[in-house]
Amino acid sequence: MPANPFNAFTQYGIGIGLRVPHYRHILAKKPVVDWFEIISENFMVDGGRPLEVLDAILEQYRVVQHGVAMYFGSADKFDREHLKRLKCLVRRTNTPWLSDHLCWGSVDGRYTHDLLPMPYTFAVARHTAEKIRAARDHLEVPICVENVSSYAEYHASEMTEWEFLSEVVELADCGILLDVNNIYVSSKNHNFDPYDYLNNIPHHRVGQIHIAGHSKFEKYLLDTHDHPVLDPVWQMYAHAIKLVGSTATLLEWDDRIPSFDEVHNEALKANKFRDEQLATATASDQFPRTTA
Amino acid sequence: MAATLFRPLTPQWGMQKRWTDGGRMDDVAAEFIKPNDRLTSFERLEIYNRQYWFRVLDCLYDDYPGLRAILGERKFMKLATAYLARYPSDSYTLRDLGNRLEQFLQEEPHWSAPREELARDMVRFEWAQVVAFDGPSKPPISPDDILDTPPSKLRLDLQPYLSLLELDYAVDDFLIAEKKRESDVLRGEASNAVQPAPKAAKRRKRIRPPKREKVYLAVHRHDNMLYYKRLKSEAFTILTALSRGATVEDACAEAVTASDRTNIDWAAQIKGWFDNWSALGWFCRPS
Repeated sequence: MPANPFNAFTQYGIGIGLRVPHYRHILAKKPVVDWFEIISENFMVDGGRPLEVLDAILEQYRVVQHGVAMYFGSADKFDREHLKRLKCLVRRTNTPWLSDHLCWGSVDGRYTHDLLPMPYTFAVARHTAEKIRAARDHLEVPICVENVSSYAEYHASEMTEWEFLSEVVELADCGILLDVNNIYVSSKNHNFDPYDYLNNIPHHRVGQIHIAGHSKFEKYLLDTHDHPVLDPVWQMYAHAIKLVGSTATLLEWDDRIPSFDEVHNEALKANKFRDEQLATATASDQFPRTTA
Repeated sequence: MAATLFRPLTPQWGMQKRWTDGGRMDDVAAEFIKPNDRLTSFERLEIYNRQYWFRVLDCLYDDYPGLRAILGERKFMKLATAYLARYPSDSYTLRDLGNRLEQFLQEEPHWSAPREELARDMVRFEWAQVVAFDGPSKPPISPDDILDTPPSKLRLDLQPYLSLLELDYAVDDFLIAEKKRESDVLRGEASNAVQPAPKAAKRRKRIRPPKREKVYLAVHRHDNMLYYKRLKSEAFTILTALSRGATVEDACAEAVTASDRTNIDWAAQIKGWFDNWSALGWFCRPS
């Protein structure tokens, strides 16, 4: 399956997050990397070292923006200054698509700096979709929304998380950044089958995939991004690739960050699953099934 | 839910057991959060309450090592918690989390007692570094740009990332020493090499807080590296006057008049300063 409109029809391959401890290595060694994902808010500044590094990276690499503070699910209107700076950065990076989370995180102008789950109701889905559409129209770039990991559920919810995600992206006509680790974490915390989630979302809207490591506590899993990807998550990733085709994939490693090479090698494990899927797809093209 | 997240944790880093009206927090959480087979509603909400506070406290901890060293870790955490309870983040970026810390220390000085003034100086200094790191810049002007304008008419703006600080303590020296101490401790912890002294003893050895001393400081960046530069009082006067919109002639006159130094070749001295500031790119056209 080729890339889709929600990732601007690109075939980006396997990327990794651009993180401060790796700056020196990347700028000096210029390793071969398909693309880097940046946290938009880290570069929505007026000047100085962050923009100097970004410009140097842009000279050598493709960059995709990932945000943590759009808060599509917050009742607040968008912060105009935030949107203005984000648009400026979109022009600077020429990101083919932009992602942020399906969550809320601010209220009355006060920010939690967290990715908080939303009540899965039709009213909230409509509100969220309106904000995503407004952001896309303003930023003039395709948007993918990412499912978050969660530790709590609301009495007010009227549907499952994957039904809510599907409802929002259909209403907003936007893409999905499918975080398979987040699905796994939430499935353990809320007792659902993660494959039900994977099987029941609009696969043609998946523009990007995230993989990451998590931590196990006695009574719940926590999305910590400080480990290699665990086996059950790799198995889910393989299934996701089977469903959505070859898709831009990114490894998140944000805490206790090891060397650049260790992070990159972990990310490149995703190639194995992509290649297997491509081989399967090619074989089925050669021997098409007959239909009645 | 947001109101519950913003409430400070207990001293044991848990969610408070009582709501603001005295009711049980278990009941408040159960109103909107579902329990599961392993966690009560309270416990599920507590995960988010703890995450919020750990994140914002960690951020201040990293951004204000100087204030932390002055107050000690326990007192610093109490101050940070009180500050964030009064002034939660009002920005989409954690970069701005400390933007009202100086104001808070003025409003509630008891959190930094008995070192109120030293703490305020340090906070001003550490916030100036945030500004210098990624604050805006304007195209610097060159001597050729101003060649034809006489000093009596020439006005110069300063780069927005440049902060001029009049301080009562040498917090710059103190912070440099403190960062060196922290880096020595970290280096010790990361190495198996034999230590010249027990690690614990090294960790406990704190830098003595600075004594009262007038310091004039410019916090700026050059080639995107952060610098602090000590200034003579007259140089500080000139720069602050320029930043207020004074002409170069008036700024220099104000500095020389206020100076108690004698036997100075002011023309040569001031020319040297302007050459240096110009080379650092501090001057730009008035907006």
